[in-house]
Amino acid sequence: MKTKKVAMLGLTIALAMIMSYIEVLVPLSFAVPGIKMGLANIVIIFVLYKFGIKEAALVSLIRVILVSLLFSNVMAMWYSLAGAVLSLSVMWVLKKIDKFSVIGVSVAGGVMHNVGQIIMAIILLGTEQIAIYLPVLIITGTVTGIVIGIVSGLVINRFKNIRL
Amino acid sequence: MEMFKDKKVRNDIILALVVVIAAAGIWLFSEVTKEDGAFAVVVVDGVETERYPLDTDAEIRLESENGGYNILVIKDGKADVTEASCPDHVCVDQRAAGRTGEAITCLPNKTVITIEGPSDSEVDFVS
Repeated sequence: MKTKKVAMLGLTIALAMIMSYIEVLVPLSFAVPGIKMGLANIVIIFVLYKFGIKEAALVSLIRVILVSLLFSNVMAMWYSLAGAVLSLSVMWVLKKIDKFSVIGVSVAGGVMHNVGQIIMAIILLGTEQIAIYLPVLIITGTVTGIVIGIVSGLVINRFKNIRL
Repeated sequence: MEMFKDKKVRNDIILALVVVIAAAGIWLFSEVTKEDGAFAVVVVDGVETERYPLDTDAEIRLESENGGYNILVIKDGKADVTEASCPDHVCVDQRAAGRTGEAITCLPNKTVITIEGPSDSEVDFVS
């Protein structure tokens, strides 16, 4: 890996961590218990579009581990990891088939992040009853996905002519 | 509008609509199959630990293995978590549950409180 790329990815990891920290400071729990904006996904989508899936996976994985250790606990890491893996995989496939704009990719990512967490909760807690949260989490994932997608699109556009 | 002529944006809108319709479908299905619950069942780490009848008001302190706790209050046929040791308090923010299939979840304490109907009861009345 070139030195410049190492530095760039390091920067994006730091940025993703700050996004996660903002969400710890400003929780959205008053609307729907436990939901998040998914600000860090702006960074992940940016890396996915400007670098590629390998770089995006690396940034996402390191972010999840560091953020869990810093701001929450190891238990929470499993949920974040399940969400991140499913979300990034689906976003990668949707970007590859080139049928959706960054907004569609982001919506799928937001929804799949929540679905991944539900699946992990069903596995870890051993109760399928948790699936009752699916509708509400799918809707919030769609709404936050649209917002995050629009912002990501703006950011990616600004970097159109800049080689990283 | 100009932006809706873009094929990709049109696909985006279709995707969002399909997702929302799917969510509505799941929600509708769970609403239709719900009935008034009879028991609040406490499941810790996948194992049922206690079940409390919803027709008796009670306040129970649920201890979890990591040293945390949740205060479960049963009142007016509904179960509600009013206090908890976890930092995020997602379980406290959740609405009281009283119908079958509804649940209150506390991920940090690995505790799930689910509502079950009378037919799901495993209580042996003979003994």
